[in-house]
Amino acid sequence: MKEPKIIVVGGGLAGLMATIRVAESGVPVQLFSIVPVKRSHSVCAQGGINAAKNLKGEGDSTWIHFDDTIYGGDFIANQPIVKSMCEAAPAIIDLLDRMGVMFNRTPEGLLDFRRFGGTLYHRTAFAGATTGQQLLYALDEQVRRFESEDKVQKFEGWTFLSAVLDENRICRGICAMDLKTMEVRTFPADAVIFCTGGIGAIFRQTTNSVVCTGTAQSALFQQGAYYANGEFIQVHPTAIPGEDKCRLMSESLRGEGGRVWVPRNAGDTRPARSIPEKERFYFLEEWYPKYGNLVPRDVATRAIYKVVFEEKLSLAGMNAVYLDLTHLPREMLDRKLEGVLEIYQKFVGPDPREEPMKVFPAMHYTMGGLWIDNERQATNIPGIFTAGECEYQYHGANRLGANSLVSCIYGGMVAGPAAVKYARNLEKGCDATPESVFYAEASRQREANDSLLNQQGFENPITIWKELGAWMTEHVTVVRVNANLQKTLAKLDELDDRFSRVNLADRTQWSNQTLQFTRELGNMLILARVITLGALARNETRGAHFKPEFPERDDKNWLKTTKASYNGGKIKLEYEPVDISLLPPRSRKY
Amino acid sequence: MMADKTFILRIKRQAAPQERVVWEEFEIRYRPHLNIITCLRDIAEKPITRAGDGTTPISYDANCLEEICGACAMLINGYPRQACSALVDNLEKPIRLEPLTKFPLIRDLQVDRSIMFENLKRMKCWVPIDGTYAIGPGPRMSPEQQQIGYPMARCITCGNCLEICPKVNDHTQFVGAAIINQVRLFNMHPTGNMHARERLEAMMGPGGIQDCDNAMNCVKVCPKSIPLTESNNEINRQVLKHAVWDWLNFSEGPTERDEEWKRLGIQK
Ligand SMILES: Cc1cc2nc3c(=O)[nH]c(=O)nc-3n(C[C@H](O)[C@H](O)[C@H](O)COP(=O)(O)OP(=O)(O)OC[C@H]3O[C@@H](n4cnc5c(N)ncnc54)[C@H](O)[C@@H]3O)c2cc1C
Ligand code: SF4
Ligand code: SF4
Ligand code: FES
Repeated sequence: MKEPKIIVVGGGLAGLMATIRVAESGVPVQLFSIVPVKRSHSVCAQGGINAAKNLKGEGDSTWIHFDDTIYGGDFIANQPIVKSMCEAAPAIIDLLDRMGVMFNRTPEGLLDFRRFGGTLYHRTAFAGATTGQQLLYALDEQVRRFESEDKVQKFEGWTFLSAVLDENRICRGICAMDLKTMEVRTFPADAVIFCTGGIGAIFRQTTNSVVCTGTAQSALFQQGAYYANGEFIQVHPTAIPGEDKCRLMSESLRGEGGRVWVPRNAGDTRPARSIPEKERFYFLEEWYPKYGNLVPRDVATRAIYKVVFEEKLSLAGMNAVYLDLTHLPREMLDRKLEGVLEIYQKFVGPDPREEPMKVFPAMHYTMGGLWIDNERQATNIPGIFTAGECEYQYHGANRLGANSLVSCIYGGMVAGPAAVKYARNLEKGCDATPESVFYAEASRQREANDSLLNQQGFENPITIWKELGAWMTEHVTVVRVNANLQKTLAKLDELDDRFSRVNLADRTQWSNQTLQFTRELGNMLILARVITLGALARNETRGAHFKPEFPERDDKNWLKTTKASYNGGKIKLEYEPVDISLLPPRSRKY
Repeated sequence: MMADKTFILRIKRQAAPQERVVWEEFEIRYRPHLNIITCLRDIAEKPITRAGDGTTPISYDANCLEEICGACAMLINGYPRQACSALVDNLEKPIRLEPLTKFPLIRDLQVDRSIMFENLKRMKCWVPIDGTYAIGPGPRMSPEQQQIGYPMARCITCGNCLEICPKVNDHTQFVGAAIINQVRLFNMHPTGNMHARERLEAMMGPGGIQDCDNAMNCVKVCPKSIPLTESNNEINRQVLKHAVWDWLNFSEGPTERDEEWKRLGIQK
């Protein structure tokens, strides 16, 4: 067979790493992304990337990293694949270092490491407080190098619409839309690697970027891909509440010594700094003496909810708590955390070096995602691979801070060669697929566009989206009550119905962002249902999934992976066992 | 009930590059901490001008909404900046929005900045590694060195520095301060430095450093406060040295890395 054709969809950390690995093996890559890859959401990651390099004489090891990750994820992650990731992490850091990432250094010129949540070790490498940006740029530069050698061809400003599946449901390429000309086209490929990131937009007010809608995952799900563990949604404890976005105040602020507190007296209106030490309630430190402010995110978020909603100890006039850095040396703050502090100053105003920040939990990350196997990052659709936040492995029921960047890069490193190997072993490649298969998929997608463009009605997609986000945030994030989940499903029925009456205020065929968004919204509505159904079914509390009606982890009935599938508009849930061959589950108490 | 406080947004619109320019005015409901992107979303939800005419939602680029992806650059009250971090509270009203002018227009506030990525390619702005195999750590670097490199590495490719630069225009091919700064960054990196010669040669060619007149508008609009003055000066110096050394028939000129390492007392 001649050289295989590989497509990568998505150019965040996972997609760029997959691209590099494929190009490096001599196989050309077509790389698709909605935004120029350098503007992908990975650019937002602040705090750092984990690897047990044990450079601080603490006796850290990849096994302890593995144990922390499994324990942090409340034992629902498949273990061998997590172990492999933790073992690969130190070499990943070296590779990034060789690529020129400006990691912070120790006086000896070695990489510096900071602490993060859910561990007692200094395991997180960082480049100021814009680590994701620095890593993304390093990979982007390597891809640009391959581009200059014609090994990578970029399609930036294109959105993936659907996979091209032949009559045996084997993937033979993709159908995509040029967001400028609105042209819908198919691209043949022997294997496609999806690295399309998170789904934050389903909750609207999140820490995620605008393009994190999960539209690609949802489209694949509707074409037969399993979606796994959708109900596990991470809510980050510390973000700036905001109408358009909740801007993250990274865990690294606490890793470097930041403390969370509220005034002990409800309704205390004094300025934060004038409240004496003994009238401050450092609730995380009091409740969790061992980990203190660095308990895992699900634990910290629930603690904040408890303080604010049960103990009614909020800050005057708003649901928020203080995140205090004012006791830390300015020089250190500037050297290690400036990128985050700058966000607070630009968007809120006060200088966090002088005044404690006001923060509140916000939806942040999806542990769930496209189902993949335990070895090759392969979905159940032959020819479709995936890596990064859009797949479900590695993080169980709660991701540890700074573990995502490493899982994205590791996933990309595995998916790239796996896709090449699969493509090389194909008896018949996409070249042998009849033209009609491609034609049919392109027609289906053009019709979907036309039908939206011609639809009559009075519903506005942004209004529907706002309601979707409000309901999902209220009922399907931190506290889950079955009756409310039921109501959310009814609300989703209503939104689906109204969606069928959406009126596009823009019917043109040139850079029509309304059409693009409306298509994404349709896909968001379906993933929202997968998440809600998964949460409703899982009658236990595990990691980020907290059900007061079922407050304990229930390994007997629920130590299993949720697998959602889609058939003729119906969503079905089934379950498969978790691979716990390396670490027997133990109770999770921080 | 008290009427909502509102303010006016004037937007320069063009449905496509060949279409005519129209200005539209919108009345936006005021809320504290509102940024320009939220205003544009308000319009998308209710695309009606101040005069009461129905119109299309505004096309614009945005992704991160926290001034780190670089997507949302536009002219706000005539000044190039990021729309997501432009807070209504701090802007003179009515607020005027226009697309950047130095890049090809796509639609409304959306422009095509791919030329910047092309120039990064032309200038070989990467570290030439052998491969992704596990072959040990990267070169050691002092914390001082990192503190010089990191701020330069924070460029978000927004294009504001090109927009404000008098030398970026239809008559020159000047690459602009952002690219010069990246050349400095990679010339400084111990491995990136292996391509320094090629970068400097490209910098000596058309659109290179000699087009810069040192007026230093660029540094004033950079949202990441990147030391562009230093970068321009440094590349100027490297290019001059390179030219002189070339002229003296030396194969390799001294580079910023040598200079800076010397300054920091590090032996190579
Ligand atoms: C504010 C913030 C801070 C964070 N900090 C950290 C941290 O310090 N450490 C850590 O480990 N993790 C952190 N995370 C999590 C981490 O950043 C993300 O999980 C990770 O970057 C996801 O990378 P990715 O490659 O999977 O996807 P992304 O970087 O989101 O990239 C997705 C890509 O897919 C493309 N795409 C999407 N849909 C389509 C489509 N339909 N068609 C074509 N292209 C498409 C996009 O254009 C983009 O290129 C943070 C997250 C947030 C929100
Ligand atoms: S110094 Fe002046 S001419 Fe040179 S890049 Fe900056 S703005 Fe342009
Ligand atoms: S140097 Fe500054 S202004 Fe210029 S593109 Fe980079 S971040 Fe933007
Ligand atoms: S949206 Fe990313 S910089 Fe404004």
